Amino acid sequence: MPTNFSIEQSEQSGIQILSLDGYLDAHTAPQFEAVIQKHLEAGRVRIIVDCGKLTYISSAGLGVFMSFIEEIREQGGDIKLASISPKVYQVFEVLGFPELFQIEPDIPAAAARFHAGSGVD
Amino acid sequence: MASFERRFSLHVPSSTENLALIRDFVSGIGAQVGFDENEVARLALAVDEACANVIEHAYGSDSTREVTVRAVVEEGEIHFDVIDTGRHFDPSAVQAQSVEELVRQRRSGGLGLRLIRTIMDDVQYRIVAGESNELRMTKRLKK
Repeated sequence: MPTNFSIEQSEQSGIQILSLDGYLDAHTAPQFEAVIQKHLEAGRVRIIVDCGKLTYISSAGLGVFMSFIEEIREQGGDIKLASISPKVYQVFEVLGFPELFQIEPDIPAAAARFHAGSGVD
Repeated sequence: MASFERRFSLHVPSSTENLALIRDFVSGIGAQVGFDENEVARLALAVDEACANVIEHAYGSDSTREVTVRAVVEEGEIHFDVIDTGRHFDPSAVQAQSVEELVRQRRSGGLGLRLIRTIMDDVQYRIVAGESNELRMTKRLKK
């Protein structure tokens, strides 16, 4: 059965943009995990996750961010999030994600953070 | 809201593929009972988390078993019961860890439990000997 989830990937000035579309739950999280893993193994550790079309996230999806973030930061990179809808943001907020991840209103703002060379506030 | 108890049940194979179906079931009932859009989304998330736990921990990701979600609507509150016949796994007995601790340990488990406890007003686990395990999550309607 096709799942209501897809990831569109692009690259802008050495930054990987992963645009999530649909729902990220225990069923679809392995797809997202595999994509992050692939970039990490290739040393592409500057990642923006565009959540503009993400309609739902559960802990399985949040867990993907959490399980990779330390290693990515150790390699000098980061995962920054952009364009999160209020509905999805409330789930991030319940778990205290805004203190752990930089969340920006859109992709250019998240990219600017990378170009400014800033880490986590 | 009616003063009598109303029950709705959904039985699905224990595959994560069915989590979307479970969320739709919960959302439909939550909206009918009178929860607002944000509350409905949170209820669906809590039940999704409980069912994902059952599939992973009680059934060890065996997709040939069955998960039952029962919604019991009473005056002023709704109970969502997640019922399985797998290994006992009492989420209410597990210590919820902070996100910072989990990141430090590079672990992602335990988040679902934190969400369930944050969203629901009451969470209880019951083992019906030789029959089933039931996680009852209760949410009260705001007056």
